[in-house]
Amino acid sequence: MTELDAGQVAEQIAQSDQINEPVSASEVGRPRRRKEDARLLTGRTQWTDNISRPGTLHVMFLRSPMAHARIVRVDVSAARDLPGVVAAFSGEDFAAEQGSLPCAWPVSEDIVIPEHPPMATSEVRYVGEAVACVVATDRYRAADALDAIDVEYEQLPAVLDMNEALAADSPKVHEAGNQAFTAKITTGDIEAAFRDAAVVIDRTYVQQRLIPSAMEPRAVLADTDGEAFTIWSATQIPHVLRVMLAVVTGIPEHKLRVIAPDVGGGFGSKLQVTAEEVLCLLLTRKLGRPVKWTESRSEGNLTVHHGRDQIQHIRLAADADGRIRGLQVNLLADMGAYLMLVTPGVPMLGAAMFNAIYKMDAYEFGCVGVFTTKMPTDAYRGAGRPEATFGIERVMDELAAELRMDPVEVRKRNWIKHEEFPYTTISGLTYDSGNYEAATDKALSLFGYDKLRAEQADRRDRGDPVQLGIGVSTYTEMCGLAPSRMLGAANYGAGGWEHGAVRMLPTGKVEVITGTSPHGQGHVTSWSQIVADALGVPFDDITVLHGDTAVAHKGMDTYGSRSLVVGGMAVLKACDKVKDKARKLAAHVLECSPDDLEFDAGAFKVRGTDSQKTIQELAYAAFTAHDLPDGVEARLDSDATFDPENYSFPHGTHLCAVEVDTETGMVKIRSYVAVDDIGKVINPLIVEGQIHGGIAQGIAQALYEEAVYDTEGNLLTTTMADYLLPSAADLPSMTLDRTESPATSNPLGVKGVGEAGTIASTPAVVNAIVDALRPRGVQDVQMPCTPERVWRALAGQGQEGARQ
Amino acid sequence: MPRITVTVDGIKYEEDVEPRLLLVHLLRERLGKTGTPVGCDTSNCGACTVMLDGKSVKSCSVLAVQADGCDVVTIEGLGANGSMHPMQRAFHEEHALQCGYCTPGMVMAAIDLLRDDPDPSEETIRHGLEGNLCRCTGYCNIVRAVRRGAQEMGQAVSTP
Repeated sequence: MTELDAGQVAEQIAQSDQINEPVSASEVGRPRRRKEDARLLTGRTQWTDNISRPGTLHVMFLRSPMAHARIVRVDVSAARDLPGVVAAFSGEDFAAEQGSLPCAWPVSEDIVIPEHPPMATSEVRYVGEAVACVVATDRYRAADALDAIDVEYEQLPAVLDMNEALAADSPKVHEAGNQAFTAKITTGDIEAAFRDAAVVIDRTYVQQRLIPSAMEPRAVLADTDGEAFTIWSATQIPHVLRVMLAVVTGIPEHKLRVIAPDVGGGFGSKLQVTAEEVLCLLLTRKLGRPVKWTESRSEGNLTVHHGRDQIQHIRLAADADGRIRGLQVNLLADMGAYLMLVTPGVPMLGAAMFNAIYKMDAYEFGCVGVFTTKMPTDAYRGAGRPEATFGIERVMDELAAELRMDPVEVRKRNWIKHEEFPYTTISGLTYDSGNYEAATDKALSLFGYDKLRAEQADRRDRGDPVQLGIGVSTYTEMCGLAPSRMLGAANYGAGGWEHGAVRMLPTGKVEVITGTSPHGQGHVTSWSQIVADALGVPFDDITVLHGDTAVAHKGMDTYGSRSLVVGGMAVLKACDKVKDKARKLAAHVLECSPDDLEFDAGAFKVRGTDSQKTIQELAYAAFTAHDLPDGVEARLDSDATFDPENYSFPHGTHLCAVEVDTETGMVKIRSYVAVDDIGKVINPLIVEGQIHGGIAQGIAQALYEEAVYDTEGNLLTTTMADYLLPSAADLPSMTLDRTESPATSNPLGVKGVGEAGTIASTPAVVNAIVDALRPRGVQDVQMPCTPERVWRALAGQGQEGARQ
Repeated sequence: MPRITVTVDGIKYEEDVEPRLLLVHLLRERLGKTGTPVGCDTSNCGACTVMLDGKSVKSCSVLAVQADGCDVVTIEGLGANGSMHPMQRAFHEEHALQCGYCTPGMVMAAIDLLRDDPDPSEETIRHGLEGNLCRCTGYCNIVRAVRRGAQEMGQAVSTP
């Protein structure tokens, strides 16, 4: 076996790209193969668990087996005596220094933010909460030693059901009660909208609890030289984490460096400040040695924050012709046991999204956040917006059924028409651009909508045991989080800007520094394409650095489909500044006025002459600094922050055809068409990948996944054997296409794509299932629509069977 | 403590191991072969898939002592003559990876699948990769990559 030659691999990859791509003047828009791939494909990755420091110790946590209990006693002394064990601690040992895990989003005046010690000291409130830890020379010995820790609990009642939790006589999760917050937003005259309405649709939907399940389990390595601290973490948010760790532990921010090395997926689950990050930092401070913790998957299913978990009560009033008059939404949102980084903000991100792409006279949104003795919920791909889209898109289908209208037609009668943009919605957001007609027409045509409807009618007539259902979802989302002023108005604890920098190296190569923190999204490739166009330098002459607070010192990280829309624009702005500097230098070198220069294909040219200097040559001139004009410093390097003026609003039409076996309840996706409008596209290959993966996760919510707790509060889905993540055999091929309505809020016209597929697909699938079964009296199937639930719904046991 | 001899990516190692040591931990923590990651603890995800005497195994479900006398190939040893394996190249070409965590195992499983069927249909590929989970790609491009890899490997074999 020969070791791979890194240079040869890189060359191969560069060559294969050239063979495949047509020569184009512009890098933006090209399906560039990714720069990130070579090391990921050859096993040269730097996952956190791959990194070690000399003398690294391994940490393992003992976790509560009870959903709710008072801790009477924790005795770690027997563990300390075992071979290889360096230390063992209980919560009391950290009590003076561990602080409380932060919640950055107090969404209302009445919010209750309970203390959240990283390691429990007196009470545990969910199964999996850490109560003690062992530090040993290797992970096997650490695991052995956990068995020697003795904990005495006094069991307290579990609180699991949100409705019961809000009853006056419910046991309490926290002393202040089980209500975390309330919110109500009303626009227009909601009573008038419902008064005398021809149709009122009244439905309750359950957004089940999900486990985000990034393939890389979390891991943390912390080290200190006695003065400063470095922490490597499988995180999406190294910058936010640095600030928060400083606040929580009191370690000064300038003594803390956070590194997110290669990170294996996140989907929101690594948008968190975790107990384990705080505790590893405190352990390295206590012991003066490097410590590492890597979670097992079973541990992760218990303790990585969960997603979704809402009960949605939705009422919609409409005229007889299908025009929406008003929409009323009341949510119960399960917070779990504590409020973590943005826990209460998740349902509130849906507040302005239930009205979706539709016009209406009045809208009311209410939400109650509820504490239960379960793992806290927080951001999971889409965060609040998939829930909202599901609610409205399900109800639109119900409206169509009630009026015996085609579900596409009822949407057309209500959506914002393309000539009405920019359009300020009932919930106060201004959608800058979009064309719902174009995306829908394209999707209908690709799908063969009329033909499938004909087949559906035929199967119904024949009484075919396998029925065909067609599901429609015309979604939009607010993404590109976020304009800082709007975040301020929503009482979020930080801004939504992003930072970028460009360093012009002496040899003309370019280092781009971004505050975004990619973990699979391909920013290194996409940002290279943006910079290649902006500076006119070759794609391969650019590298992108990120994810280390000592290198990319400023940033707000990656989540909420923000990286391109905000972070990409910061990089572009930094390129503009580089060009401004280079222009002054070029004018000096070429002995002309800056106004006589035009910048084209990477060179400043004196108009009407052959005289020119490339920006890469100018980088060298700045480096030697032999002949700089007065007042010009010896560098072209520049940096910039970008704060968006508005969110961006991707939209699209997703259509799903399912075959439902009415004898077994089995659902099979027969075809799936998605036409998305995400504005301008930097790299169509990466966009396609994001949409594929997003749709897969949305389908998974519709058909497969659910975190299940038993009546005592034990999580039953702790492993990948119990929590059904779809495999290749469980998912369909997809037909993707795009329409393009450029965003007007940024110079590249981009909108973001990370969450679109997930937001759109779940209601498309469930609408299809219900559509197949509606003639048999089925109005809803609770997610995940397993064969058993579908079968029970057909047998008329719908909701009763649903939670079995 | 048992002593085992195992060849990993062409290099022979002699190691004293606890009987309970998993092959994946031998690879990662003793031999520094961190190219093979761990994604679960119930042998569901397949991220840790390696070749053991030419057949794919999940290295979290094999004890190091069971690999005694065996030849192990990991993602790090897959290339030859300084080049990537055709399946690795196909994954790159078809954008069949995003975060890349499942990729080493997925590539190994894909190559193993072709031992049974050198020209697999989409359905064969989807079922053949059932034991390997990916959370990023929705598998669409992985299926394409395996088709492409199969074609290129077929050509490589038929080229004299």
